[in-house]
Amino acid sequence: MKLQTPARLGLYLLMAPLLLWLVVLIFLPHVDMFLLSISEKVATRTYQTSAANYMEFFSEPLYWRTFARTAIMSIAATALTFVIAFPVSYYIAKMLRGRLKAFLFLLCLVPFWVSELVRTFGWMILLRESGIFSNLLQWSGLASGPVEMLYNDATIMVGLVYTSLLFMVVPLVSTLDSLDDALVEAGYDLGGNGFTVMKEIIIPHAMPGIVSGCIIVFMLTLGNYLTPVLLGGKDSLWFTAQIYTQIITRFNWELGAAFGFLLLGLSSLIVWAGLKISRQTLTETLG
Amino acid sequence: MPDDVENFDLECRELVRLYGQFAAVDNVSFGVPQGDFFSILGPSGCGKTTILRMMAGFDQPTSGDIHIKGRSVLGVPPNKRPVNMVFQHLALFPMMTVAENIAYGLVRKGLGKSEIGEKVQSALDRIDLPTSGEKKISQLSGGQRQRVAIARCLVLEPAALLLDEPLGALDLKLREHMKVELKQLQNQFATTFVYITHDQSEALVMSNHVAVMNEGKFEQIGTPQELYYNPNTAFVASFVGDSNRWHGTVSAQDKDGVKVVSADGMELLASPAGGVPLCQGAEVDIFVRPESVVLSLEEDRVADMDNRISGDLVSILFNGANSRALVRDPRSGGELDVALPQTGEFSSLKRGQVVHLGWGMAQAQAFAAKSNAA
Repeated sequence: MKLQTPARLGLYLLMAPLLLWLVVLIFLPHVDMFLLSISEKVATRTYQTSAANYMEFFSEPLYWRTFARTAIMSIAATALTFVIAFPVSYYIAKMLRGRLKAFLFLLCLVPFWVSELVRTFGWMILLRESGIFSNLLQWSGLASGPVEMLYNDATIMVGLVYTSLLFMVVPLVSTLDSLDDALVEAGYDLGGNGFTVMKEIIIPHAMPGIVSGCIIVFMLTLGNYLTPVLLGGKDSLWFTAQIYTQIITRFNWELGAAFGFLLLGLSSLIVWAGLKISRQTLTETLG
Repeated sequence: MPDDVENFDLECRELVRLYGQFAAVDNVSFGVPQGDFFSILGPSGCGKTTILRMMAGFDQPTSGDIHIKGRSVLGVPPNKRPVNMVFQHLALFPMMTVAENIAYGLVRKGLGKSEIGEKVQSALDRIDLPTSGEKKISQLSGGQRQRVAIARCLVLEPAALLLDEPLGALDLKLREHMKVELKQLQNQFATTFVYITHDQSEALVMSNHVAVMNEGKFEQIGTPQELYYNPNTAFVASFVGDSNRWHGTVSAQDKDGVKVVSADGMELLASPAGGVPLCQGAEVDIFVRPESVVLSLEEDRVADMDNRISGDLVSILFNGANSRALVRDPRSGGELDVALPQTGEFSSLKRGQVVHLGWGMAQAQAFAAKSNAA
């Protein structure tokens, strides 16, 4: 099939920004990263192709433990975000009408007008040893000395959930909005109780929104650097921090690139598994 | 309405529902006998859906009581009430198959798997979709969805089935077909139906009893024939069926009827509706059905009728068996809507031709007009 020349030109022009974006900003860097990840430094300025960088990952427990820990905590953070965001979204989408609905939706958005760095510093002001919560506890007599609430896993989790909440609420609100109230009423009318209506009608209807929210939140969390490092400190052991260390601190680009590819593989694998378990397809979820 | 209270499947007593100051349902009482096809007919916004939602349990009455099978259901949540509802847009569950939709209520009742399977299959047989159990809802046609929505409720053997204008979304042809089918389904399952509609033909065709509702109140409850031939109020006369309508003043009265001078100067003989006496000088509305007017080409044929008009044929509105002739009265300039029998007698009728109309006093119902101050 041949397109007429002007139509074809128009098509190319329209495609150009997309192709540029894909090739220059995504494809080329990844090719380069991949080549880096399979090269091994044998002497100064001499490299050879090998899987040594990947082997190092598996032979050093710190690396793959950090990797596994990051994956598990990201899954936990995604699940926690869902559990918190679902009632909020249901309330906004189904219980409220008109201006109050728009207002509450906007409230979820407000924290994102501030940069992530500033928001995270905000948490540090609240939670550090000399921070507001610590002083409040001492003043009220609940604690006898300063309490350090930073630099532990729970704090990292709080920060991650807080950062991710909006990205779960938006897809959930939009799918729940499209749920006809009559379906919920019919669910009750035919003898269902709150639990069965939720399980049989509301959740299946919201499934595409749930899955797309979870994918977005999971990817954001897995690739997050700022929140785990600032709130978790040296003990955060987040895999992105390992990549940073290799590339910036140790100037070992080859190992850093290999880590990057492992992270990409991991996130793809977990998203694929999530889609399989929830019996959704990517097109259904994003469409 | 039968007086035997024990026989009512569903009963509302002095039901009131206020929204702020506005009474959506204003002191409504009625009973639906077992096995009845009961319709509530009214214009949109008259409060009929509110009544249905209160019976289903989705809305609470401000005062009054609702009894189902002789027991008050006030405070009983929708999932514990022995009534089921067919929603306006059916509300079939799109994420389930046809069989799963029908099984939904049975599963909630906690029946065994094999029993559910049997009941679902027999329901599918009865609605004439025996092999469609595995289909998705989106694969069914409008009429098939309708039947699934009804079967989904009827497998639960409810005391009454509540239907909220379920035919509204269908096209005309299918709607006519579904009217008959709904009536058949009701006979087949022998369940009490409470049917909400703004379409008078749906209510008249299917129902044993019809309540005509307006502005939160019941204007009249009766059989379709009673409503059509003996309306109690001007609203019922105008809402149920078509009518020619005159507004006028009573100039004379005797025991048989009243003589009324219409606003445009015609003299009409009419009988007071419901036997309510009308005194001289009272403002009245007169309603005459198009089909109770005799149309003739010879003046003699209508000579002995109480009301006679000779007029010009303005136009013929051909609509098969429901064809109408529009006739202008030369004295007043008013137009009359007259049924045009398709017997062949009037096939040569032309516009502008002079025709003779006549109708009896009994066919003209006079209602005291509501005072304009109100």
